[in-house]
Formats: sequence, C-alpha cells, structure tokens
Amino acid sequence: MREELLQIHQIHANIEEKEILHGVDLHIRAGETHVLMGPNGAGKSTLGHVLMGNPRYQVTGGSIVFEGKDITEESADKRAKEGLFLSFQEPLEVAGLSLEGFLRSALRQQSGKPLRVWEFHKEMKKALEILQLDESYAQRDLNVGFSGGEKKKAEILQMLLLKPKLAILDETDSGLDVDAVRLVSEGVQE
Amino acid sequence: MREKTTNEKAGREKTQVEDIDRSLYDFRNEEKDVYKVEQGLTEEIVEQISREKNDPQWMQLFRLQSLKIYQSMEMPNWGPSIEGLDMEHIVTYVRPKTKMSATWAEVPQDIKDTFERLGIPKAERESLAGVGAQYDSELVYHNVRAEVAAQGVVYTDLESAMHGEYADMIRRHFMHLVKPNDHKFAALHGAVWSGGSFVYVPPGVSVTIPLQSYFRLNAPGAGQFEHTLIIVDEGANLHFIEGCSAPKYNVANLHAGCVELFVGKNAKLRYSTIENWSKNMYNLNTKRAVVEEGGSIEWVSGSFGSHVSYLYPMSILKGRGARMEFTGITFAGKGQNLDTGAKVVHSAPETSSYINTKSISKDGGISTFRSSVTIGSQAAQSRAAVSCQSLMLDDISRSDTIPAMDIRTRDADVGHEAKIGRISDDAVFYLMSRGISEEDARAMIVSGFADNVSKELPLEYAVEMNNLIQLEMKGSIG
Repeated sequence: MREELLQIHQIHANIEEKEILHGVDLHIRAGETHVLMGPNGAGKSTLGHVLMGNPRYQVTGGSIVFEGKDITEESADKRAKEGLFLSFQEPLEVAGLSLEGFLRSALRQQSGKPLRVWEFHKEMKKALEILQLDESYAQRDLNVGFSGGEKKKAEILQMLLLKPKLAILDETDSGLDVDAVRLVSEGVQE
Repeated sequence: MREKTTNEKAGREKTQVEDIDRSLYDFRNEEKDVYKVEQGLTEEIVEQISREKNDPQWMQLFRLQSLKIYQSMEMPNWGPSIEGLDMEHIVTYVRPKTKMSATWAEVPQDIKDTFERLGIPKAERESLAGVGAQYDSELVYHNVRAEVAAQGVVYTDLESAMHGEYADMIRRHFMHLVKPNDHKFAALHGAVWSGGSFVYVPPGVSVTIPLQSYFRLNAPGAGQFEHTLIIVDEGANLHFIEGCSAPKYNVANLHAGCVELFVGKNAKLRYSTIENWSKNMYNLNTKRAVVEEGGSIEWVSGSFGSHVSYLYPMSILKGRGARMEFTGITFAGKGQNLDTGAKVVHSAPETSSYINTKSISKDGGISTFRSSVTIGSQAAQSRAAVSCQSLMLDDISRSDTIPAMDIRTRDADVGHEAKIGRISDDAVFYLMSRGISEEDARAMIVSGFADNVSKELPLEYAVEMNNLIQLEMKGSIG
C-alpha cells in the first residue's frame, strides 16, 4: 500500500459563524487523483481553502494530517512549504509584483536557499511553452490584466515550478482549451 | 527539528536587519568645537548669522526684513499640529568645525565617516556628476567632475557664489519664486537660511549624469534651512538629486529648506528627493519651479521620515507648452503625520501636468494628500491629470485626500482619480499559499503598490526605498 499523503478527519469549518463543512473525511495516497463533484455551494472550494489554511474560514473541529504531520493549525505558507498547493478559482491580482519575481521569492522561501537562476529560467521557459504563454508574461504584474484563461494558466505555471506533492485544482479546467487541459493534466501527473 | 532551526535563523535575520537600519541613519556624532547661535530667534541672532556668513549687504537686509515678516505672520492652522515645535528652543545656526572642501580627505574624520555610512562618496565615484554635502548649517564638501565643469556648469554653495561672477544672477533669483511673505516658514527661511546649493546649466548643455546634494542634520534641537537654487538655461538638461536624513533625538528638530527651480525655454529638469528625516523632525519645506515655453519639470518625491511634514512642491507653467510631471510616495508610520502633495498653476496655453502619488499609512500614521490644480483663463488647450492612491495597512491608520481645482477656461482637459484602500487579506493569503510568509507577503504587496514610483527613482534610491518599505513592514503583524 502506498503511503498516506493526506488524511482529513471529520473537518468542520465555518465562515462568518455559518457552518459550511459538516465533518468531511478524505484519505489520499501519493499518486492518486480524486475528483470532488457537487452542485454550487456544496463546499468544494471551501474544502480547498480550508486545506490550504485560508484564515477567512474557521476550523471548528477535526484535523488535517499531511504526510503524517498535523497541519490543522499551520499557516498557509507553512502548508505550502510542506508541499500543498491550491490553484485558485479566482486568482488575485497584485500590481507591481512580476510573476517571475513572485515565483523567485516563493522558491527561495520554499528551499531556504539562494535560487539557481539559470535552472529557474530554463524551467520557467519550459512551463511557459507548455502552457503556450508568451515569455513576456513572466515580466508582467501578477495576474494584472490577464484574461480568465491566462490566470488559470498562470496558476498551473506556478504549480509546475513549485512542484507540490499535492495540488488542489479548483475548477482549473474552466477557461482553458482542450489542449491546455491535457497538458496541465500531464503536468499534474509528473 | 529542522523546522525549529529555520525559525531561529529567520528570527536572527530579522534582528540583524533592524540593527542595520537603525545604524544606517540613526547614528550621531558628538558635538565638539562647533559654533552655534543661541536658541530662539531675535534680530541679534539673525545679524550674528549674517556676520558669520559674510553676507553682502543686500542679503543682510533681506534677512532682517524676512524676520519682520516672520514675526508678523501666524502659525499655519490648517494642517497637522506643530505645537510641539517651540521656536524659542530651536538653534537656527550650527556650523561644523570645518570649511567647505573639494576633496573628502580634507573633511574631518567623523563627518566624513557619516557620509561614508550614507554611501555618498561611493555614489559620487560611481554614478554622479557632482556632490554637495551639508552637515548641520554648512556645506562641508562640494565638488563637480571636471568634464562637467568644463561645459560651463556651475555647481557650488550659494554663499561663495554670492560673492563671485554669479552674484547678480543670484540676487535676481533668490527668493523671487518663493517670497518670504509666502508663509511663516518661508519668512523664517529668508531670515536664517544657510547652506544649500547653486546650480547653473548654460544654454544647450546637457548634464547626462545627475548632481546630488545631501543634507545631514546632526545637532539636536537644531534647524536646517538650506537653500537650493537651480537655473537650467534654454535648451539645457539636468537631473538633480536631493537626499536628507538625521539621527533621532528626544527634542524637536526643524527643517525649513527652500528650493527654487528655474527651467528655461525648452529646458528639462528632473528633481528627485528621498527624504528620510528622523521621527522627531518637523519638515516644513517649500519647493517651487517655474517653467518657460516648451520646458519641463519632473518631480520625483519620496517622503518617509519626519514627525510632521508639510510638503507640496509647486510648478508654475509659465510658457506655452510647458510640462510638469510629479511622481510621489509618502509612507507614514507610527507617530507620523505627513501632509504632502503637489500644486500646479497653468498660466500659458497648451501646458500639461500629471500628478501621480501613492501614500501608505500604518501603525496609526496619518497621511494626507493635497493637490491644487489651477488653470488660468489664458491657458487654453491645457491638460491636467491627478491620480492618487492610498493604502492603509491597519484600522488605526488614516489616509485623507484633499484635491482642489480651479479651472478658468472651458478649453481644458482635466481629470482626477482617487483611490483609498486597505491591503487585501485575500491577496495576502494568495501569496502565502505559495510559501511566502505573511510578513513578506504584505511587504511584497506594499512594494508592488509603490513600484511605479521606485521605477522613477535613481537606482540606489529605489533600492533604499524598497529597503525602507521592507523594514517598515517587518514586525508589522501582531
């Protein structure tokens, strides 16, 4: 049996005093793909954000264990460093912060070491090619003026460079063409 | 285990960074052998300063006249409180124990060390055409590269220029743009001004690398009143940089400088400032430019320090087609009330102005943006645009926008845009979800907000500004 990557036990979570998640259980092993389906408002996105540690949601019960470590109380950046990734349904725009500059900082913080710039550029270039994004996107302000589809691609680009152990893709396919979805899926498999 | 090590390391780094910051600006030199006048302001003191400075007679009279105007005017009552500023206790003239030199080797060691720590001689070697360094009331160093001087460019202190071949030019321009009766602190400046720079760029001469003056106030309870007079003649081009800082004391210090800029026909001047006074400083500074036909003035202004600031550089677009652009950023932290902005007067046809500012407030800091755009009836087909954005980093800080417009012609294109916001929690979470700490995420958002200003600054100042933002943002969570 492959190792347990993520164990969610009886997670309860609120937003503004209203309970959204009423005791969710889910076990994911390395290499598995799980699909969450349900109508609007079922709590799919909420689960993603709770797993990533969005402070907007209060966890009122249960636990999240990632690679044997309880991360229920951890902040989002710590979870990301453990290898969790959430692709946002509506990625935020940050003016004055380039996509590349942002990714460099993220990678530096992830490894705690100086970035190997040459390697970074190679990977960045490859990821941009896979997603058929023009190289100029690396220098553009993070998500500013990106179309819906470009934002989704930029999310996957970040995922490809950050190489998480577990990625939560929240409606990442919407807004992407069929080829991109296929390429993204391959990236996820890696 | 590993986790813990990383945390400890991060904790250590943080302390180190804060230490570096404090020592970067906040170091004082002992006062020894300095000459200074008594506290307060009297006719005797003004005469004493005038004698010490070997003023020509017209200047001595000018000072005394300004003092009378000062005494007859009321304190401003429309902006941040300046009650903590007691003029009876301000020392208006402090002369360091040295004369002005043209080589750093002749500057006394402690003063030289001060400017070394601020990076001035290094910047001079690497990227400047000339440097003036003022310590308290007097310049201790002034030098301009030989090839720039050979073009006929004059860059010197006002005092010696008043006795040389430019004496008439100075007399015709000195405080003609900012008159002593403009406001109480302009009058004060007229009475006790000391130091600063005089720059003259002859017609058609383009100074390709910047000149820089740096003002350092070391004496506690003192005032600094430097005067910067720049004349860029027809078709000439100049970039001038001004920097200022001071160590922190428990008594009020005062800065009431004055900057007068004359931009000739088809000439171009860029005036960049990074002001990082300590937080016991009252910064009541006046800056003004007049621009002739086809000329342009570009202001780049960063206000980070001081306890209270009143600062609204003004541009008078006097000739047809004259242009101004103002890019500014203000960062008000704990205990700071920074009232900044820009003014422009369009008094000729086809003139244009663009004011673009950002302000940030945190830890109870107050940042107020004021703009004043006047378009006279003779300024047909002029364009003016004002854009200001404010970012408040917490609930206890404050940000206000006070725009004023006076348009006297139907034939003008005027726009105004203001945006006040808070740092978005969602954006912070978004960055954190990629492994970036909360502190860094906030700093990145704030740096990004300031990005279009830092792009306008000379490189080393852009780096400094970013460091200042990073440092201000350290420990801002809790």
